[in-house]
Amino acid sequence: MSQFTEIAHNGLWKQNPGVVQLLGLCPTLAVTTTVVNGVSLGLATALVMAASNGAVSPVRKFVPDEIRVPVFILVIAALVTMIDLAIHGFAEPLHKVLGIFIPLIVVNCIVLARVESFAAKNAPAPAIWDGFMMGIGLTVVLAFLGGIRELVGKGTLFSGLDLALGPQFKTYILTVIPDYQGFLLAILPPGAFLGLAGLIALRNWAEIRKTKPNVAATGALKPSH
Amino acid sequence: MPETIIRHASKTAITLMAFAIVFTTLMAYVFNVTKAPIEQSEAAARMSLFRQIMPEHMHDNDLLIDTVDIPPNPLLGTTQNTVANIARIQGQPTAIILEAIAHDGYSGDIKLLLAIQADGVVSGVRVITHKETPGLGDYIDIAKNNWIKLFDGQSLHTYSEADWRVKKDGGKFDYMAGATITPRAVVSAVHKALQYVVQNKQVLFTAQVNQQPSAQAEKK
Repeated sequence: MSQFTEIAHNGLWKQNPGVVQLLGLCPTLAVTTTVVNGVSLGLATALVMAASNGAVSPVRKFVPDEIRVPVFILVIAALVTMIDLAIHGFAEPLHKVLGIFIPLIVVNCIVLARVESFAAKNAPAPAIWDGFMMGIGLTVVLAFLGGIRELVGKGTLFSGLDLALGPQFKTYILTVIPDYQGFLLAILPPGAFLGLAGLIALRNWAEIRKTKPNVAATGALKPSH
Repeated sequence: MPETIIRHASKTAITLMAFAIVFTTLMAYVFNVTKAPIEQSEAAARMSLFRQIMPEHMHDNDLLIDTVDIPPNPLLGTTQNTVANIARIQGQPTAIILEAIAHDGYSGDIKLLLAIQADGVVSGVRVITHKETPGLGDYIDIAKNNWIKLFDGQSLHTYSEADWRVKKDGGKFDYMAGATITPRAVVSAVHKALQYVVQNKQVLFTAQVNQQPSAQAEKK
């Protein structure tokens, strides 16, 4: 596997921030009431992560070890502020939906974690790719979690699409279960924990299934020790 | 030995300062570039909200500039100065757009924006922010339900004192099963705001034209 495919594989599956590293749970749990909210915040995070990894990697050799964390936080906070201002200025409807969550990306530890563990040790191109793929991995988890919660909680999918992209997208909102009374648990915070637990279990199950032959092989070898 | 420590420390400090200067400059630059678009889009967002609660033909002035400061008042539920916008036709006040806050919602404050005509009739009401339970109390939000339009065209004359309540309390306002506290709070907040406007009609509708844009006044 080339370095770039491996980075992508890490971000999307092996080290997925949402269901494996379990970093960045604050937005994961808070915003995923709909698919649109989850995906929007996921993409914003991916953008911030690519930008912060890209900003830190070229200067990694000039940052003394003792102050690397303050410098990284400075870089991340500045980038988030700039992206927040840009979204506010040029995509007002999106800002209305994501408003309070964008500044929260600063405290999302996945951003600092990737800067510290990857960008500080690698060249800019792989670092940007790593930040972006980690962000996309998180986006996928947020999309699934948002989908589950929206479907179970409200019986719809993609609601709020018109707020994010424009009124003409209103027709894409699916009412999967008509006349649905709603299931409040899924929308409220417990729904986020239950949904995330389900996704983690699903991922672990898939992983175990994939590696089962190896498990059996090592198991068979054990008695000979 | 101390010299190397000092040299090392100052080198570290200078590096950190360099980063701070570079990124502060970048942020200042982006802030400047986005300042005008942000103000524009905020003004546009406010205007589109005004459009929802007051028909365009009710004013020929610039609502965003024609403002009046309203001191805190228990009838409005406000604890700080708020900015109200006055609608005029050829200088004559036709309506006022003001904020009111209901503190007795199910969870947290419910912030309302009301347009009340000079003759004391409600032109429209919208909930700006609320933390009511999703799926139960959030039907006060126009995005979920048209309930809030029940107030359109009502005044202290169309409904008596006792009518300004939800039906469960003997009034005229519908509510939905499962959430009475939320609409009760909204109905009472609109009622009180209406009383405030009627009581202070002279002051509100004869106020001098304030040339400060409301967006700036709000930032205080």
